Amino acid sequence: MLMGKQSWVFQNKPVIAATGVTGGPFEANGKLAADFDILHDDLWIDEDSYEKAHRVLIEEACETVLKKANLQEEDIHFFIAGDLINQITPTSFSARTNQIPYFGIFGACSTSMEGLALASFMIDHGGAKNIITGSGSHNAAAERQFRYPTEYGGQKPPTAQWTVTGAGFALVKENDGTDENCPVTVSATIGKVVDMGLTDPFNMGGAMAPAATDTILAHFKDLNVDASYYDLIVTGDLGEIGRNTSYELLTNAGVKMDKEKYQDCGLLIYKEDQPVNSGASGSGCSAAVLYGHLLNQMKKGKYKRILVVATGALLSPMSFQQGESIPCIAHAVSIEMP
Amino acid sequence: MSSKQKKKTPEQQKYDILQKKHETKRPVLKNCLRAFLVGGIICTIGQAITYFYIYFFNFTEQTAGNPTVATMVFLAMLLTGFGVYDHIGQYGGAGSAVPVTGFSNAVVSAAIEHRTEGLVLGVGGNIFKLAGSVIVFGVFAAFVVALIKTILINWGVL
Repeated sequence: MLMGKQSWVFQNKPVIAATGVTGGPFEANGKLAADFDILHDDLWIDEDSYEKAHRVLIEEACETVLKKANLQEEDIHFFIAGDLINQITPTSFSARTNQIPYFGIFGACSTSMEGLALASFMIDHGGAKNIITGSGSHNAAAERQFRYPTEYGGQKPPTAQWTVTGAGFALVKENDGTDENCPVTVSATIGKVVDMGLTDPFNMGGAMAPAATDTILAHFKDLNVDASYYDLIVTGDLGEIGRNTSYELLTNAGVKMDKEKYQDCGLLIYKEDQPVNSGASGSGCSAAVLYGHLLNQMKKGKYKRILVVATGALLSPMSFQQGESIPCIAHAVSIEMP
Repeated sequence: MSSKQKKKTPEQQKYDILQKKHETKRPVLKNCLRAFLVGGIICTIGQAITYFYIYFFNFTEQTAGNPTVATMVFLAMLLTGFGVYDHIGQYGGAGSAVPVTGFSNAVVSAAIEHRTEGLVLGVGGNIFKLAGSVIVFGVFAAFVVALIKTILINWGVL
């Protein structure tokens, strides 16, 4: 149901019944390694290209979801997913494998919440009973597409971020009361594209911060809540710079919130001593951290209500070379324990 | 104010100032010192190889340059292939990018990267993806300099 200008409220509270999270070697050394279902010690994952390895990450995450939910591919009505690679081939190719009717979506690193919002909406309105949604990214595949060859010795500035190798997928299910101790989606706010004129592709956090702020403020306004309603507001991949900048923007807009409550998936996933500069990024970042770590924390009772705001920078290597600024977007989904 | 800044709306300019406050600054001095150190070490190794060719083979100071460059390019190729050079690059910055080893790294890394798209369209088509502009503008600059020199000689200036 539409509420306010750009938000949906899910009255039937679709359930996130099962999740599958896969990761690469860098994530295995990270802070949240225990929250991954499958971890690989090699970026190639026994494939002969990074893009194929990327596809495997997605396929394995989906298989894990099905296994945990004790369902077959035929039981799933739709598959809503995307990634960062040109024409989202890793996702589409995994949809070829699983043969589930498929919506391919692109919202850069905001894809995870775009998918979760759409899946929840469909389920809430009876458009489907079971949907698998999520997103993935692969460090080397993204590096070679957006930046330089992986072995090129270019120096990255401290504002740069590290693309996560990983995928996070979830089964969103009609709430029939059978899934106990499973988080539910309650509402979602769809963001608009915000461009504050930043042009440095090595500072995505700074570019995306206004989009995150815009969506969070819109969410508060549409649902008539404030920051105190949530135990945790977590952004997708703003990194150190983006988190601090958007926190100041929110404070300037009159949002009163303890900074501890305002976290970022890009700062949660790796250890402090891992050389990731400003933090993690990639469409797999918010997906893997939410569907792994954060939902586990919710099930353990640490958080009751969280707002996940996945942020995406909608640039391409070509648009940047043609001197265009970086348009950004953020989508928010509110998740609660029943 | 650059032309890019002028095109920004007042709101965007205001945000730029706010964002700059939180932006981690590039450690320019540290980068310069590291570049000096790494670049210096690479050049010292090159010099040692030059002496090696002069003392142990039949090269003079004028002719030892070619085998030295070939050896440095080969070493950088190995370091790139074993995944070491990008770490040197992150530490050394311009120090490892400017010497001929950086050029080697740019060519080899692109070749490795695009091996997955095949030998012709992948490696062949992309090997000069990064180094291509160095070659294009290097050759063009050499042409312009040679042209100026020719004209000056014809005029009797040189």
